[in-house]
Amino acid sequence: MNIIFYIAAIVAFVATVMVVTRKNAVHALLYLIVSLLAVSVIFFISGAPFVAALEVIVYAGAILVLFVFAIMMLNLGANSGKEESKLLKPNAWITPAILSLILLCELVYVFINYDGASVELRVIGPQEVSQSLFGGYMLAVELTGMLLMAGVVGAYHIGKEKKREYHRYLQTNENS
Amino acid sequence: MLSNVRTLWMVFLKIFKKKVTIQYPEKKAYLPPRWRGRIILSRDPDHNERCVACYLCAAACPVDCISLQATEDENGRRYPEFFRINFSRCIFCGLCEDACPTYAIQLTPDFEMGEYNRQNLVYEKEDLLIDGMGKYHGYSFYQQAGVAVGVKPKGGGEKEDPPVDVRTLLP
Amino acid sequence: MNEILVQILIIVGVLLGTVTIAAGLIYVERKMLAVWQQRSGPNRVGPFGIFQVLADMVKIFFKEDWIPPFVDKKVFIIAPTIIMLSILMSFSIVPFAPGIVIADLNIGLLFFLAMSSLGAYTIVLAGWASNNKYSLLGGMRGAAQMISYEVFMGLSLMGVVIQVGSFNMTDIVNAQKGLWFVVPQFVGFVIFLIAGVAETHRLPFDLPEAESELIAGFHSEYSGMKFGMFFVGEYLGITLVSCMITILFFGGWLGPSFLPPIVWFLIKMFAFILFFVLLRAALARPRYDQLMSFGWKLLLPLALLNVLITGAVVLSNA
Repeated sequence: MNIIFYIAAIVAFVATVMVVTRKNAVHALLYLIVSLLAVSVIFFISGAPFVAALEVIVYAGAILVLFVFAIMMLNLGANSGKEESKLLKPNAWITPAILSLILLCELVYVFINYDGASVELRVIGPQEVSQSLFGGYMLAVELTGMLLMAGVVGAYHIGKEKKREYHRYLQTNENS
Repeated sequence: MLSNVRTLWMVFLKIFKKKVTIQYPEKKAYLPPRWRGRIILSRDPDHNERCVACYLCAAACPVDCISLQATEDENGRRYPEFFRINFSRCIFCGLCEDACPTYAIQLTPDFEMGEYNRQNLVYEKEDLLIDGMGKYHGYSFYQQAGVAVGVKPKGGGEKEDPPVDVRTLLP
Repeated sequence: MNEILVQILIIVGVLLGTVTIAAGLIYVERKMLAVWQQRSGPNRVGPFGIFQVLADMVKIFFKEDWIPPFVDKKVFIIAPTIIMLSILMSFSIVPFAPGIVIADLNIGLLFFLAMSSLGAYTIVLAGWASNNKYSLLGGMRGAAQMISYEVFMGLSLMGVVIQVGSFNMTDIVNAQKGLWFVVPQFVGFVIFLIAGVAETHRLPFDLPEAESELIAGFHSEYSGMKFGMFFVGEYLGITLVSCMITILFFGGWLGPSFLPPIVWFLIKMFAFILFFVLLRAALARPRYDQLMSFGWKLLLPLALLNVLITGAVVLSNA
């Protein structure tokens, strides 16, 4: 199991690095999908099969398809690659890199000072997940639901067909 | 929605219907006599070529697949020196048959003329000419009209009167 | 050691079995379409034309596998493999008979949904990588259609899950010993059937390929074995959805004991495969906006109502 964990972790790491460095947006998204799949494998072997499945269904299966969909619609030409390479200049990535470095240092510090007590590994099924969702985290779930509802209403409002205004001489044509 | 279910059911019931396919190379489908297939040149009842090389078929052909050259025999009767149809161009529209004043060129109910070599689809006069009269039995152009070119004397056709002798007073 | 051997045998058997069935479906579909259209179908290669499958496979293997110069080469090659992979992975959770299952996951149904949602990529990526207007249109249609119908597919299954109280496929089959779920979950069954057709983008919902308007849509540029993968992937998808319908709504391997369980499973599965072929023979393709509004305005409320009522009934019985 440890071997699978390390393989998945390495795949996730390499894929994420590739996501950042690719110039072609669709290729970057493909690597992001691979990264998400690797993370879901990690979830699965660390005892959270439900979360692993949801990760694949929701993130890899739905949200990233929409990402790819949107990028397909944008019809990025050959010029976008050049513009992308402008973004890879130091002043663009130096701040996020420093922030990530701080996080990495923290992680390494935690790992070094880890006292070695093994975390108890047990499988958490769908029942437990839903019980905690609609039990302890009720408020958060409801708030998220409200946010999503607002999103749906907003999308409906934007997507609604506009009523066309005609000059009064043309209104009879509209009715016929 | 219900109409879709009804369609499904009706299509399902087709299992019990007889097949309409005709297994072609073993069984042949019935082709009506006026089917527009391979083009032939026919002969009249006297076994002469009907074609008078008037070029109307070549003019009518929308794809220009007919080419011929007119010539005359010793009696002055016109006939094609060569008559060539390029069947790799022919669209079997039947306009040549419509245009022909002598019923010489006719389309027949035959379509099995596949070839491996495209050049073999160019039919010469000897390939086109048949021994029979095709669809129009007993018809002879020169018996109906035309000048005397050795087939009949002047005014000797089926619906012709003998020529009037202008040098006599007798009725 | 013996157990591992049995496991490997099952894996190989399921893999070979499903791929063989999918290949055989090429013949079955052509023949049944012919029967329903009063034709003869393939009847030249071997007795009743049964070697048509072999002839088709030989043809597809020896065709030139051409990659057009204007495509995005990597994505172009990856796209057709995704559908084969995702659907073959889904077969690993299908219990064909008691004990004959590769991985009896406790989240089996979710695994199936996850894999079928990954199947959407094959169309999107193939359409995008082909770098061709028609393919792109097909890919866009495919993405929208598959994401939409995944929603109803998942929701229609929730009724079954609520009644069983488990995502495990074996549990779901065992819970149907008294009564098949097609009776209490008829609405769910109908929605799953429609969503299944849309997920495998079969006729009448083959809008991503739509020969008459998009000249084969997302796979216009594909040839040879890569096209063959789309082809076999589609048949594998039909087989998978038929298996899922059998398991979820028609009691899987359950049946009178004069036949072995696996035979019952296969009989039910083939009945649904034939139904899919009948759908293709009978129904016309809807317009694209009709497909979407049918999904979101009719199937979604129905599926939600189904979940609501099932949940209420189960709660009141508990």
